Amino acid sequence: MKTKQLPAGNPTRRRTLIRLMRLMGLALAPVAASAQTDLPRKPLRVGLTPAFVHDDYGVMEEWRRYLQGKLGRPVEFIQRDSYRETMDLLRLEKLDFAWVCDYPYLSLRDLVRLLAVPLNQGRPFYRSYLIVAADDTVRKSMRDLKGAVFAYADPYSNTGYLAPRYQVQQLGENPATFFRKTFFTWSHRKAIEAVSTGLAQGAAVDSYVWDTLARVRPDLTARTRIIDRSPEYGFPPVVAHRGVGEEDFRAVQAALLGMRDDLTGKLLLDRLNIDGFVVGERRMYDDVAKMMRAFGEYR
Amino acid sequence: MMRLFDLSLRHKVPLWGSLLIVVSTLAVSTALMFRAYDDLKQDLLASSEGLGHTLAKTLFPALLHDDLWRAFEIVRSPFHEDATRSPREVEAIFVVNPEMQIVVASDPLRLPTLSALADIGGDRAQLARALAASPLGGTRAFDFDDSPRIYFATPIAEAGRQIGVLVISHAKAGVRGRFLDLAASGALIGALVLAVILPINWYWGRRMAQPLVALASGMDALVHGQPSQLPREMYAYHDELGQLFDAYCDAATALHDKALLEQEVLRSERLAAVGRLAAGIAHEVNNPLGGMLMALDNLKQRGPLYPAVAKTMALLERGLQQVAGTVGALLVEARVAPRPLASHDFDDVHTLVEPQATARQLALHWHVEVPDSVELPAGFVRQILINLLLNAIQASEPGGRVRLHAVAAANDLRLVVANAGAPLPDAVREHLFEPFVSGRVGGHGLGLWVTYQTVIQLGGRIAADCGEGEVVFTVTLPLKKEPA
Repeated sequence: MKTKQLPAGNPTRRRTLIRLMRLMGLALAPVAASAQTDLPRKPLRVGLTPAFVHDDYGVMEEWRRYLQGKLGRPVEFIQRDSYRETMDLLRLEKLDFAWVCDYPYLSLRDLVRLLAVPLNQGRPFYRSYLIVAADDTVRKSMRDLKGAVFAYADPYSNTGYLAPRYQVQQLGENPATFFRKTFFTWSHRKAIEAVSTGLAQGAAVDSYVWDTLARVRPDLTARTRIIDRSPEYGFPPVVAHRGVGEEDFRAVQAALLGMRDDLTGKLLLDRLNIDGFVVGERRMYDDVAKMMRAFGEYR
Repeated sequence: MMRLFDLSLRHKVPLWGSLLIVVSTLAVSTALMFRAYDDLKQDLLASSEGLGHTLAKTLFPALLHDDLWRAFEIVRSPFHEDATRSPREVEAIFVVNPEMQIVVASDPLRLPTLSALADIGGDRAQLARALAASPLGGTRAFDFDDSPRIYFATPIAEAGRQIGVLVISHAKAGVRGRFLDLAASGALIGALVLAVILPINWYWGRRMAQPLVALASGMDALVHGQPSQLPREMYAYHDELGQLFDAYCDAATALHDKALLEQEVLRSERLAAVGRLAAGIAHEVNNPLGGMLMALDNLKQRGPLYPAVAKTMALLERGLQQVAGTVGALLVEARVAPRPLASHDFDDVHTLVEPQATARQLALHWHVEVPDSVELPAGFVRQILINLLLNAIQASEPGGRVRLHAVAAANDLRLVVANAGAPLPDAVREHLFEPFVSGRVGGHGLGLWVTYQTVIQLGGRIAADCGEGEVVFTVTLPLKKEPA
């Protein structure tokens, strides 16, 4: 069966031209770059994690479209419920960028570069909150939680795992036996729920998540009480795979930093409950590195 | 008790009907409620079994991997966040490990993780003992006496390895509450049904009983010889009761007619006997009387008499004349050759009675619709009319009114003579047409008797009625019929 004769044969010729230009582009990248802007490109793959309140799919979709518009190329959001999975995707080079916790960032520091750090209440820092049930008037510090059922957020969460374990260690106790039972909820929000329902007597959660929930779901946070606030740590950063080209790196960084400067971006930031993005520095995460070192995980 | 059975059907039929309806409604409701309770329990077992199996299956990997949060999410899944009542009155769902410790519970505040089931208190200790005592093959219900809950336990096992028991607890109060809800709605429906059916039964029962009661009292009267008619509208249908009604009505009518007939026959016979007796006596008296009057006449013609004798003779003659007059009235027979009745006969009668009416200041209303010639003997009719009219004139109070209404129809001539006045007393009516019965002072009481006899001889009928302040005599004479 033969297809119909195409008029003038132009499409075929143009396709050949494109292929040729691509080949040239590979050889003479800087020259060909401007010529390639209107051509379909492979999408930028961004990994999202429970490092922030990521279950409002409406906001996620709007943010994706916003970035797509700013960058002029397809953007794909790849959502995972555990840091481990996102870290694996980065290792497998299935992600170009990812918004991860500071603990995974440091764990993967040879694989990723710091791209931007969100501003939480005007500053690129956050803390770990130690919470108990609101009607629990007995427990006032980590020491009082000895022998309790304790909820961790994620084994690669700083505020939800590393920080509380470090705190227990500082008390001279072994984090593996200090609590009667521990379990992972795989998100800070669920860790708050675990405490508010009484399943766990204590949990350590991301201050940013708790504060955001206090704003949007005050009924959830009202049943919990913060008994301890950790020192400040660098906020979960957006990182870029080292394989990402310098140009894409700059473009995405500019798009994120520029969100503060236009109305749509501002509205999105407001809904994400952050104040914007800044270029971060590695030493903001030195305290996290110190804690990791305490567990022999940072060399 | 017997008095209850002796009650009138009017009360008995609706009472028994109501009793039956109430009893059957109660029986059906009770049966349905038992059934509903049973269903509820079966339902509870089935739903708990289904829920238990589903949850146990999904819980297995979570427990195996010690994923407490996942297990918590699973046991919480049947509860709706906003629903005030959880499905099927599930009070709590929890998992216990082989050491009878709570692994996870939907309500961790009351059933904290890692607490011993037996230590939680109440019936939980009983449950812990029961669960420890015997291995579970499948879902089993535990319903302890004076425990406020029913438990359904399902083993969490895969390929023969049991790692825990899933327990679904139901508040008995919830089950009872649901049953009470059901019972209440059942009772409401029952009450509504009763509210509709009882009045219908009452109405229907009374409707059935009323004609029966009427029939019974009618029969009673019948037995005592006073048949009374029952209104047929009381029961207008043609079922057995209707047939009974018809039969009663027929019987009552027949008895009534028979009684009337008997009365009439009796009266006629009496009158006939009296007539024969009177005629016989009159005949026997008339013959010697004629002789006596003849003798007196001869004596007068013989010559002059002593004044005293002449006076005595005149006295005798007047007396005998009076006797002759009376006797003559009793002898009803044709004295003149019959001549057909003509309309001028009525004019003659008018002329004859008018002076009497005028004398008593009475108004005469004359209405005659009669052809020139009627096939009836004029003399008899004139006598009837004069008798009745004079009678009416005599009976009227001065200033009253007397009317004649004569109409000739195809087969008969109807004469109605009426006068305003008080109705006739029953005693008078009874013997109205008998001789020597007089309604007034001074009459010899033969006028109506003679009229009656004449009418009977002509094959007609005469009736006296009282109505609307009038006394009415109606005479019906058949035409084209020879007088008997």
